[in-house]
Amino acid sequence: MAWVEVPGQEKVLKPLLNTVIILGLIKCANFSPQAPAYHLILEGILILWIVRLLFSKTYKLQERSDLTEKEKEDLIEEWQPEPLVPPVSKDHPSMNYDIVSGPPSHNIVVNGKQCINFASFNFLGLLDNERVKQKALASLKKYGVGTCGPRGFYGTFDVHLELEDRLAKFMRTEEAIIYSYGFATIASAIPAYSKRGDIVFVDEAACFSIQKGLQASRSFIKYFKHNDMEDLERLLKEQEIEDQKNPRKARVTRRFVVVEGLYINTADVCPLPALVKLKYKYKVRIFLEESMSFGVLGEHGRGVTEHFGVNIDDIDLISANMENAVASIGGFCCGRSFVIDHQRLSGQGYCFSASLPPMLAAAAIEALNIMEEDPDIFSVLREKCEQVHKALQGTPGMKVLGESYAPALHLQLESSSGSRETDVRMLRRIVDYCLEKQIALTLARYLDKEERFLPPPSIRVVVTVEQTKEDIDRAASCIREAALSILK
Amino acid sequence: KKKWANFILYNKPFVEQFEETPLVVAVLTYMGYGILTIFGYLRDFLRDWGFEKCHVARERDAQKDFVPLYQDFENFYTRNLYMRIRDNWNRPICSVPGAKMDLVERVSKDYNWTFEHTGMVVREVINMGSYNYLGFAENTGSCAEAATASNSVYGVGVASTRYEMGNLDIHEEMEQLVARFLGVESAMAFGMGFATNSMNIPALAGKGCLILSDELNHASLVLGARLSGSTIRVFKHNNMVSLEKMLKDAIVHGQPRTHRPWKKILILVEGIYSMEGSIVRLPEVIALKKRYKAYLYLDEAHSIGALGPHGGGVVDYFGLDPKDVDIMMGTFTKSFGAAGGYIGGKRELIDYLRSHSHSAIYATSMSPPVAQQIITSMKIIMGEDGTTLGADRLRQLSENTTYFRRKLREMGFIIYGNNDSPVVPMMLYMPAKIGAFGREMLKRNIGTVVVGFPATPIIESRARFCVSAAHTRDMLDTVIQRRYGGKKRVKEGKLFPGGL
Repeated sequence: MAWVEVPGQEKVLKPLLNTVIILGLIKCANFSPQAPAYHLILEGILILWIVRLLFSKTYKLQERSDLTEKEKEDLIEEWQPEPLVPPVSKDHPSMNYDIVSGPPSHNIVVNGKQCINFASFNFLGLLDNERVKQKALASLKKYGVGTCGPRGFYGTFDVHLELEDRLAKFMRTEEAIIYSYGFATIASAIPAYSKRGDIVFVDEAACFSIQKGLQASRSFIKYFKHNDMEDLERLLKEQEIEDQKNPRKARVTRRFVVVEGLYINTADVCPLPALVKLKYKYKVRIFLEESMSFGVLGEHGRGVTEHFGVNIDDIDLISANMENAVASIGGFCCGRSFVIDHQRLSGQGYCFSASLPPMLAAAAIEALNIMEEDPDIFSVLREKCEQVHKALQGTPGMKVLGESYAPALHLQLESSSGSRETDVRMLRRIVDYCLEKQIALTLARYLDKEERFLPPPSIRVVVTVEQTKEDIDRAASCIREAALSILK
Repeated sequence: KKKWANFILYNKPFVEQFEETPLVVAVLTYMGYGILTIFGYLRDFLRDWGFEKCHVARERDAQKDFVPLYQDFENFYTRNLYMRIRDNWNRPICSVPGAKMDLVERVSKDYNWTFEHTGMVVREVINMGSYNYLGFAENTGSCAEAATASNSVYGVGVASTRYEMGNLDIHEEMEQLVARFLGVESAMAFGMGFATNSMNIPALAGKGCLILSDELNHASLVLGARLSGSTIRVFKHNNMVSLEKMLKDAIVHGQPRTHRPWKKILILVEGIYSMEGSIVRLPEVIALKKRYKAYLYLDEAHSIGALGPHGGGVVDYFGLDPKDVDIMMGTFTKSFGAAGGYIGGKRELIDYLRSHSHSAIYATSMSPPVAQQIITSMKIIMGEDGTTLGADRLRQLSENTTYFRRKLREMGFIIYGNNDSPVVPMMLYMPAKIGAFGREMLKRNIGTVVVGFPATPIIESRARFCVSAAHTRDMLDTVIQRRYGGKKRVKEGKLFPGGL
């Protein structure tokens, strides 16, 4: 069909044009002077249209096919990618991590200096507990170190099953599931249930792993102001109005609320009873992240549900990591079998990753044993938290952020200098001063560009049961001195 | 001309085989799945109407009027197909996952809905499923002793992040050793292999970047690529023509619609693909990467320690320069008998990751005994402990791999993958064979891994063997003979094992 050469026309138009011309010619062939007038007029119009098409301006539909090989080579030669990573300045704080020599226990050696540890999340002091070490050692002698496989392929050890069983019994739920990495726990749990099209209501102060889980889930995220139940109710009401407009869609859109028991960024507690009321009123499911409150709050250390006396079945999923109070590595989720069993096939961090090394699981079991045998440890911890909280009040130029029973407090500047960098530098100087005076503190670290609601810079102060009254007083006076001399 | 170029790039023959599924088998497989689906619908119907007892967990009464948590259809496959052969997975073990292991015996009285432990232990099961390539899964020897010492000194937990108070001296020592082992300037280690990918790819690529990812990449790479927010394009598995075409198109046409040039192009490949047993065509990928100025991210989860004359992975296997690979990633779970992952590369890269990786800032650092295990096993492989144990194991692994693959091929089984890869997938195809094979092999005291949909395409279910340096020639012979017996029984056609 290419016998008509029309310059520059797209291949699509060519056959069409040719058809029109052929029809026209056939029509002309049938031309006879006895034809009625309208016929002649139509023929005339057809011929004029053909002439117009033949000489009309061409336009390209797609430029793709028109680059020559030479042009492509040139483009490839010219293209310069950005460097793989932007350069990092030499005095960036991350260039110099604080190096800890030896175990990060109560007496810690930081950068060569012996200090008292107010920076590791060792709430129950189990990091250098002899019983825990012995059990880990026994497990090492039996199983070796690694598991060499994911849970599905001979990576399930009897220790894992025992730990899951013990966690479920401790939290009084039906089932528990273990992950080998604390960060991956909630980040794998959320996308397993909430998919594209579902709606998740999250507190603004949610930690980074929750944010990553939400990003992986591709659902609609709605943030409500920190601990503000009225703001949450407003969002829920708006959603209800939306639902009434489209009931069919509403019937298949799942809704979730994700909150933390004790927030790591602000050290305060979520109003759980009010949340449960909202749950039943608006039919949303609650996911509770209890990394900081497991083994801390509640009479027996069961977390924020025990603290408020809420029925644990009212919470759909509780997720926590075992890296704080339990002083091991990994994380777990617990709840009803209906909810938890689903993660065994769709939790990415569970199915596609090697399982927790058995010695770490054995250490966690022993830590649970200690927690169960000695529930007084939690009231001791609470007392110490109150002491520290009180001792830090009145530090010149700084304010204490957090509940009085929260074991990981934040010390923020009362008035910011205006630039985050300057604030961070000032706080770092306070930390360095304290390190000199043998009190180990740390700045709370965040990824500035990735956090959705970046918290103000602060110093993290962690309370553990191993700290004595003298230690606490010494630390408080040291911080006060530092603040006085540096903040003037 | 291309053949000569390839001849120069590769220093040894590169032999890979992926036999096409025979037509008869494909048809029978589809039929098998069709029958199973029909029965699935029938059983669902019976369950809904109460004719059959329902073992599936149900929603709470108080929450009956909430939006259902799962769509019925999502779990159709789980309820009706997976449940029938569920006993082939998640088998609990109670010993070291070495060449031989002890399995906890479990029985199911209700067709796999629930399991009970009888209290007995199945002893000395030959382990063809654990990723124990160099045999470092052991509870005796220098590795275990060093880990014991480390446990007494450090304990198991760290309770802080790398950036805050969790950076121990043992971590620094381990990272320097890893960098030396790989032949790169600097390295950084993380506590979980999966998280290494999903937390670091977003730090390296972002909006306006292009990620070219292999078809069969692991879930962690896919998740990392998605979380980064870049545009992702998938090229055919190990197909250099497809990759080159994509690179060319990307640079010439730029970003879709705006045609702005891409900020950077990142190619994601793996060393050994664990479901196919194929090895990446690294010389060609590097040649392409240099020509088109892209960056290469190589995930050596299965290949580090398992390939190459010195255990250095695919780079060592092909005799290439580690500096050509921009980002060398790998895990310690497989060949080193520990847990965790690492990234190695230029000093600027690692410095950047120290400050911008999600893991360094928010995730707890590695446990000290695990870090010690990595240090000891790496020293053994490098020969720095003064013995030849590392070299012996590397040689044993490659001999075992060659022998095993050759024998299986001689017996007429369809094996996928590269001749040198210690991951050996053997094709089963039909759904009933998956269950039958797993069970028959266990009866003969051999533990194997079987995989079906959705980890593999629906008609290509397979059994996967992981050869280890700890396997002796006798063990491999036992496996081959017993498998031949098992396969015969399977061939003789037990189509619906375990009851309908």
